[in-house]
Amino acid sequence: MNSGAEKIVGMSYDVVIIGGGIVGCALARELSRYDLRLALIEKEVEVGFGTSKTNSGIIHSGHHASPDTLKGRLEWAGNQRWSDLARDLKFGFKRIGELLLALQPEDLHYLQLLKKQGEDKGVPGLEIWSPQRIQKEEPNLNRTILQALHAPTAAVINPYEACFGLIECAQQNGAELFCGCPVLAINQTGADFSIQTPQGVFHSRIVLNAAGVFADRVAAMVGAADFKIHCRKGEEYLLDRRLQGIVTRLIFPVPTATSKGVLIIPTVDGPIMVGPTAEEVNNREDLSTSFAGAAKIFAAVHQYCKAISERDTITEFAGLRAVAETNDFVIGPSPVKGFFNVAGIQSPGLTAAPAIATYVTEMLRCEGLKLAEKPVWKAEIDGPFRFARMTQQQRQAAILQDPAFGRIVCRCEAVTEAEVRYAIRHGARTLDGVKFRVRAGMGRCQGGFCTMRVMALLSETLGLPLTEITKRGHGSEVCCPRQDNLSVGDGR
Amino acid sequence: MLEKRRLTCIGCPMSCPLELVIIDGEIREITGNDCKRGEAYARQEYTAPCRMVSTTIACNSGLWPRLPVKTVTAVPKAEVMAVARALHTLEIEAPVQIGQVILDDIAGTGIAVIACRSLPSAPNSK
Amino acid sequence: MKSPLRSRYDVVIVGGGPAGLAAALGARQAGVEHILIVDREIEAGGILNQCIHSGFGLHYFKEELTGPEYAERFIRNVQSDQVEILTDSYVLDISPALQLEIISGGYGHLQLQAQSVVLAMGCRERTRGSIRTPGFRPAGVMTAGLAQKMVNMHGVLPGRRIAILGSGDIGLIMARRLSLEGCDVTGVYELQPHCSGLTRNQVQCLDDFGIPLHLSATVAFIHGRDRVERLTIAPVNHELIPDLSRSWDVACDTLLLSIGLIPENELSTRLRLRMDPATGGPQVTSNLETSLPGVFACGNVLHVHDLVDFVSEESLRAGRFAGEVAIGMRRPSDNISLQAGENIASCVPQSLSPDREQIIYLRVKRPLKNCVLTIGDRYEKSFRMLVPAEMIRLTLAPELLDRYFGEMLKIDVRLREAT
Ligand SMILES: Cc1cc2nc3c(=O)[nH]c(=O)nc-3n(C[C@H](O)[C@H](O)[C@H](O)COP(=O)(O)OP(=O)(O)OC[C@H]3O[C@@H](n4cnc5c(N)ncnc54)[C@H](O)[C@@H]3O)c2cc1C
Ligand SMILES: Cc1cc2nc3c(=O)[nH]c(=O)nc-3n(C[C@H](O)[C@H](O)[C@H](O)COP(=O)(O)OP(=O)(O)OC[C@H]3O[C@@H](n4cnc5c(N)ncnc54)[C@H](O)[C@@H]3O)c2cc1C
Ligand code: SF4
Repeated sequence: MNSGAEKIVGMSYDVVIIGGGIVGCALARELSRYDLRLALIEKEVEVGFGTSKTNSGIIHSGHHASPDTLKGRLEWAGNQRWSDLARDLKFGFKRIGELLLALQPEDLHYLQLLKKQGEDKGVPGLEIWSPQRIQKEEPNLNRTILQALHAPTAAVINPYEACFGLIECAQQNGAELFCGCPVLAINQTGADFSIQTPQGVFHSRIVLNAAGVFADRVAAMVGAADFKIHCRKGEEYLLDRRLQGIVTRLIFPVPTATSKGVLIIPTVDGPIMVGPTAEEVNNREDLSTSFAGAAKIFAAVHQYCKAISERDTITEFAGLRAVAETNDFVIGPSPVKGFFNVAGIQSPGLTAAPAIATYVTEMLRCEGLKLAEKPVWKAEIDGPFRFARMTQQQRQAAILQDPAFGRIVCRCEAVTEAEVRYAIRHGARTLDGVKFRVRAGMGRCQGGFCTMRVMALLSETLGLPLTEITKRGHGSEVCCPRQDNLSVGDGR
Repeated sequence: MLEKRRLTCIGCPMSCPLELVIIDGEIREITGNDCKRGEAYARQEYTAPCRMVSTTIACNSGLWPRLPVKTVTAVPKAEVMAVARALHTLEIEAPVQIGQVILDDIAGTGIAVIACRSLPSAPNSK
Repeated sequence: MKSPLRSRYDVVIVGGGPAGLAAALGARQAGVEHILIVDREIEAGGILNQCIHSGFGLHYFKEELTGPEYAERFIRNVQSDQVEILTDSYVLDISPALQLEIISGGYGHLQLQAQSVVLAMGCRERTRGSIRTPGFRPAGVMTAGLAQKMVNMHGVLPGRRIAILGSGDIGLIMARRLSLEGCDVTGVYELQPHCSGLTRNQVQCLDDFGIPLHLSATVAFIHGRDRVERLTIAPVNHELIPDLSRSWDVACDTLLLSIGLIPENELSTRLRLRMDPATGGPQVTSNLETSLPGVFACGNVLHVHDLVDFVSEESLRAGRFAGEVAIGMRRPSDNISLQAGENIASCVPQSLSPDREQIIYLRVKRPLKNCVLTIGDRYEKSFRMLVPAEMIRLTLAPELLDRYFGEMLKIDVRLREAT
């Protein structure tokens, strides 16, 4: 990875992707199959630090969105790709299924409609469950539920792990990654775009705009802003392990016009998460959580599961959905030739991302880009070890090979020093980067114990003093130097 | 002139609420203390309040880069910040023994400062 | 890698803080041969190593010491042929048959059999999530204990302009500590109408430095995308709900949280020990034995202490009982159960035996002036003042208990009726 220390001048590429969210990363991996000079430019210090790390992590079952929309078509196509991706890129994936609950008599009709929509799209296994069946399968749900639609195809992942895996695979196949590199301006001369960044100028024939909530601003840089993005904020609350297992499937209410409603999400690592809200906001960096958001979420959840209490929260966060006026994905050529938008990727953007990547690749082929497959392309990455998931024998062997497996860094999640070192070798530059790669700091104590250890390892490996280690990039330094030189004064 | 003064004893975590009866600037009665230390504290606090200072000094060759130290007796309250500031300009070489005298007169108070722990050298420093 | 340790120990102690160290002394007094203390840090001493202020040991050593001094004295006392201290090593799991799975920086993966186990894992701090403070999630929000470790051990500062949420002792201690380091401590904000730390700390850590304590107030919003820039502070009503119409803003770059401690009971819950929701620790008998015979608990993992001297006292006993069990001795089991009653937040142990003197630790729910504490109908003691911040220690003579058998005793505290 480029640290930003040395400037790149006039590097030229066939394709440059702007934005390293799940969409940009999936595009990078897909395009890395072909003989192209390919770069991905990301404003934050690591990939996935935009909307793609702050969502529900659900691979939607495929029947939610109408087949008349682009998001509806790509949702189901994307769903079917994730089990292979998880296997190849070594991230957690569980197909746990979902239950969509009818709480009121008027909801019953919706269940039927949705079932039909799913069946028409070819989503298998959809079934209406009776209250008795619901009680048997999910005994902790309230007894007032009238019926539920079961969809076995729904799954959960850690979305940031997917981003890290996709980009690592793309890099391994020759794609170049530039992080901490916001695109400031884009000029077009003939068939060449020059892309200005603080790290230098990138030249490319084709630009893919996958800049999430900023996609309309990036499009405006080349005068291709024929769409507008507004932000719909969603707050999520992660709960203590005490509640782990309280439900075993994703729990959905009947959706409203703007959102899927408040869900109960058994995350891929086990803890339960509840959320999200849906609130229109003007500020594209407004990732704040609120009293009102928490109140809404827990009130909603109580309608289907009384056992969940606000007091079990161990952390909360918010993410921004990038919504275009059409309320659908905006994918395609822009008025400026060679500049393509992959924008307005609201929910189910995570689910759809692999399908979006293939769709865009085909589109580029149709637009005349020559796509010659590389003779060698490696679909898998090695992937990190997970000490917590090893058997005793595997642990023994791992420690013999590398004593750093013998040192626990994060007690809540049993993360070892070896895993943290691995994460740093594979691109983690910040506390959040380590946390999202290996879970150090994600457990109950939320970093109370491991923060200093992770900081010390980052400092040692990156050769930076502790005071330059950040939470998630420049400006978010975690501590500051002592001021002794200022206080010499009357020291005798 | 009779004056009453309320203090909280900081002698130990019991934090006894003390009441002093003062006549013409002289303490006549002390109540509220659970032990003798409380009485001594009240007298001291009324006439010349003082505090222990504990802080750290640099020890860049040590297992940890800071060595905890303390004043052996309390220093006048008004001098606390000056003592801390003066200590923060010091650096010591590891290894250090617990109780080792770091300075025998800190910031002109006449009070010595000692190490609160033994600190071995860092494993990678010679 | 070093040569392996023994594969069997009489007593294995998880955690080498003051609780674990005292437990080792206790076990040695019971006469056992092979005692092992396991701690995940690179040195024993636990939280004391970062508590560089003085205020430890008045009861136990009859001398006021700093945390590191207290720890070092204990470590010296413990060092002997019978006790091994294994640092940089983490107890991952304990089986119901008392097999321990340990991973160790020096020894790799270890599996040991213990005759008895003492849990002494200490506690952790409550974090931002547990109070759901609205706002952004910038760097600069951290627990007071983490800040303490940064300043006292790593030699860096958490920030320059500090606000503190919660008036727990660690927060108060850090207010003074950071003032001494030249930081600007703008204030301490406490949700409750009373300070939750010791009064003495309020006096010497806040009053001495002119730091305001705002009671019945909380942080209602955290501003700043990358690093804390500002806090919105709001007073709370009697239901502890913030009144945003009377809020004000405070500029600062750091928010320290001192909002309580939680016993570190991952291992205990995995062992399925019966827990006490009031203490957050396992339930124990008067021998400090948990619901799994042979497993004992003491120190902050059992219930959060404010005085290390009480930790040492309790842990010496736990260690002694664990040692006795390891060599096949058994005291009569308890036949009286003990329950927290009126105004009592929690009590330890949860059962008693009339065969010897009993020590009870408890906490009240709210500050109470001029009150009477009763246990059953035969014990009564008056107090001028009781506060939640101070743990109360009582001893009960066997004579007081011998009349009860198979009964439940309640502890109550009532205000003394005005006469
Ligand atoms: C609360 C919430 C819950 C959700 N739950 C789900 C779910 O369960 N399942 C699902 O399928 N979908 C879900 N979604 C939707 C999903 O998260 C998004 O569709 C998806 O993450 C969008 O990915 P992206 O790559 O388009 O955007 P992003 O992840 O935002 O990526 C865009 C990237 O572009 C970068 N960038 C911006 N400007 C510039 C610039 N000038 N120069 C360089 N880089 C730039 C940004 O830093 C960012 O990293 C949810 C969304 C939210 C908000
Ligand atoms: C900031 C602060 C200020 C205080 N001030 C005072 C004071 O002025 N006076 C006073 O008398 N008392 C004070 N106390 C209280 C007293 O210090 C504590 O109650 C006491 O240290 C608790 O001891 P412990 O051994 O139970 O826990 P700890 O000291 O926390 O020790 C627990 C040890 O167990 C280890 N451990 C945990 N889990 C594992 C595992 N799975 N494997 C291996 N090792 C493990 C930990 O690393 C740690 O070393 C203060 C406490 C704090 C936090
Ligand atoms: S009077 Fe004695 S018991 Fe009371 S606080 Fe002072 S030292 Fe402690």
